[in-house]
Amino acid sequence: MATNEEIKNRKRIQVRRFVPEEFPEKHYLNEEKGLWAWLTTVDHKKIGLMYLASIAFFFFIAGVLALLLRTELLTPARSFMDADVYNQVFTLHGAIMIFFFLVPSVPAVLGNFVLPLQLGAKDVAFPRLNLASFYIYVIGALFTFYAIASGGVDTGWTFYTPYSATTGGNVMAMTFGIFILGFSSILTGINFMVTIHKMRSPGITWSKLPLNLWGLYATSIIQILATPVLAITLLLLTMERLLGIGIFDPAMGGDPVLYQHFFWFYSHPAVYIMIVPGFGIISEVISSFSRKTIFGYWAIALSSLAIAFIGFLVWGHHMFTAGQSSLANMVFSFLTFLVGIPTGIKIFNWLATMYKGSIDMKTPMIYAMVFLFLFTIGGFTGIMLGALSVDIHLHDTYYVVAHFHYVMMGGMVMAFLAGLHYWWPKMFGKMYSEFWARISAALLFVGFNMTFLPQFVMGSQGMPRRYFNYIDQFQPFHQFSTLGAYIMGVAFVLMFGYLLHSLLKGERAKANPWGSRALEWQTTSPAPLHNFEHTPVIVNGPYDYHKPMSEFQLGIANSHNGHHHHEEVSAKRTETEQA
Amino acid sequence: MNRLSEFMLPPQKSTVAEGTDALFHFITTTSIILLIGITIAIIYFSWKYRRRSENDVTPVITHNSALEISWSVIPLILVMIVFGWGLRGYVNLTTVPDDAYEVRVVGKSWLWEFHYENGYVSVNELHVPVNRPVRLVMSSDDVLHSFYIPDFRVKMDVLPNRYTSLWFEATETGESVIFCTEYCGTAHSNMLATAYVHEQEDFETWLLTAGAADLDMDPIELGAELVSRNACQTCHSSDGSRLQGPTFLGLFGSERVMDNGERIIADENYIRESILDPNVKIVEGYLPVMPSYTGTLNDRQIDAIIAYLRTLQ
Repeated sequence: MATNEEIKNRKRIQVRRFVPEEFPEKHYLNEEKGLWAWLTTVDHKKIGLMYLASIAFFFFIAGVLALLLRTELLTPARSFMDADVYNQVFTLHGAIMIFFFLVPSVPAVLGNFVLPLQLGAKDVAFPRLNLASFYIYVIGALFTFYAIASGGVDTGWTFYTPYSATTGGNVMAMTFGIFILGFSSILTGINFMVTIHKMRSPGITWSKLPLNLWGLYATSIIQILATPVLAITLLLLTMERLLGIGIFDPAMGGDPVLYQHFFWFYSHPAVYIMIVPGFGIISEVISSFSRKTIFGYWAIALSSLAIAFIGFLVWGHHMFTAGQSSLANMVFSFLTFLVGIPTGIKIFNWLATMYKGSIDMKTPMIYAMVFLFLFTIGGFTGIMLGALSVDIHLHDTYYVVAHFHYVMMGGMVMAFLAGLHYWWPKMFGKMYSEFWARISAALLFVGFNMTFLPQFVMGSQGMPRRYFNYIDQFQPFHQFSTLGAYIMGVAFVLMFGYLLHSLLKGERAKANPWGSRALEWQTTSPAPLHNFEHTPVIVNGPYDYHKPMSEFQLGIANSHNGHHHHEEVSAKRTETEQA
Repeated sequence: MNRLSEFMLPPQKSTVAEGTDALFHFITTTSIILLIGITIAIIYFSWKYRRRSENDVTPVITHNSALEISWSVIPLILVMIVFGWGLRGYVNLTTVPDDAYEVRVVGKSWLWEFHYENGYVSVNELHVPVNRPVRLVMSSDDVLHSFYIPDFRVKMDVLPNRYTSLWFEATETGESVIFCTEYCGTAHSNMLATAYVHEQEDFETWLLTAGAADLDMDPIELGAELVSRNACQTCHSSDGSRLQGPTFLGLFGSERVMDNGERIIADENYIRESILDPNVKIVEGYLPVMPSYTGTLNDRQIDAIIAYLRTLQ
């Protein structure tokens, strides 16, 4: 409770209720039209959608590559492509999925779209910088296409030296593309951090910040601090190849293990760049579809930050067999287990949120449940790989492949799909077919487990990763896995179909089709160009489902709003509200 | 549950395998129990608390200290058990017994060489005695490789310009597959070898006679044997098909076009140079990826290989 003195220092503002208009005539999609308006827009929502189109394109490319890989692996020897082609295909599958899909997917697409809406802000803090981030991403992508067209890359997405320094193909263009891409990631991180600090609507204190934004905030910290290390590493790699300066290549007096340290110092935190924003989405979806206050708000918020910080100190667990010292192995193993604890806490908090809720199993909630199941398996198998003696056996086998697909696809992609289906009505003002969305989710779940569960068994039995040929005993597992991959392919085609149908002929969405209390649902669907026609005022936490909807639709009553300094809200809502 | 672990893991053929498997088994079992619990909670809550009407009122439950502390502390205890257990196993894996028998291992793209105390070199065949600790001192001639014997639960990266080592004690005689598990290019998945575990006397006999048998063979027979033993066939076919390197069929005496446009007749000197210093002259359309056999093959053995290649016309 605020003391009298504190209340005296606060400025009283008049608020009234703003019920969002249903089926608005004018919104951000039709206010400015034409290709040029899209390409030069500084609207965070449109930039988010341009990212969505881009990552969907990359996901399609890398997904087709995955199906080619799985098809080749139907037989132990050559099926239809050569070893060199296979090596290029798995490299591109990994590099495109990670750098062009996973890293930008949640922050750049869903984060961009929803972050200012959840803050009640008109846009991000630096709208032009936001557009610049998008074009930097595009330029990075163009370099990558150039690399593929001019010889390809066969190093694996990790670019380990000295192989990457000696092999043919165009490793330089590829690493340069990823170098450029890193800047896009850094700038987005800075933009989000500043926006969260400076552009919260009146009343959004740190304890009322949606958990999605805590997730994005933690992600931004990692993006800003870790990505420069990747840039430096790739620059050193370029200097070594072009100028012959010995840094990583032992032939020139360098140290290949040093490269691995540099690489994983970025790439392990990058795993959290991919998954932490997913945690944010899951918190939003579970609370919305359970119509219930989130359990352990601070536990979820702070565990994201804890993961972000401890995540910087565990990179060495990728190198237990690489030749680093036994002491380093011990310390990295210990810290790896510590990072598992905040992750486990989140799972239990989400389950506790569902307890005694009012659960509506709509598509976003189904994806959230699929996430919980698959990500839990990903987490447990991570514990397995963190155990030193067991990792010696499992390192660089299909067990690792299955583990990170459970985390990245079972975790991150499912969280992304939960978010996409959750915010879809807000993005386009259209609903999708719930029936086909459920069929697709079910196929995806079955296909995913069929693909990757057998890989745990293969890996435990010793099947190494990145193998073009394999010994006969693994063939049944590979065939089963390939069958699962085809089912997933069908599920994604189906998803593309019903989403396209939704865009063209979908039923119009209401402003708040899920009955959510979250701020982004208290404006029209699709949102107006500047998100809200009023300055929202927040008096309750984002998950206070026990409070009436009217208390979540408040805004400053007088019209000259939005440009005052430090408008603090009085806690005495009853005096000011005119609902 | 034990059956599941046995199904998932390869046979235990070294002294450390049992310890590693016990931890694997413990984590798998605990995880499955917890996963079943979480899954039941998801399904039960989804059904029990399904939405009955749009006006459902949900209770305000923001935290529960007892519950939160227990679901933080119990997992913490569990992972600390796993950490300690894994560390103990790792200490075993890295503490080499004093009386270990040493074999020098060299990884090259894409073969494994094993150098024994008497100077004998075997390619892609590791021979070791049973029930005796064996220490492998390993290095690479080119890029990173990783030496992995699933049956023994041992793995270690093999680096250029640096020695790494691993040790194991095989507990039964027989054969076990050896994989390269660090991606090393085109024929990475063909960089296989076999570990042959012998009784002590058999091993000694093998070591004494391994090179000696060659003396009885005529050069062509010996050449064919050496081509097979030294893993030449990983990259060079003898039936005309194209692999990572040019085929041996019709090679000897033919005119070769080099990548710099030079034309060379493949005579004895060309073959000898291509074995000892393979990346000096590269045939057009191929990459300079062959490892050198200097120190692996002696002059007499090279003579035999040339004699064998002459027969492939």
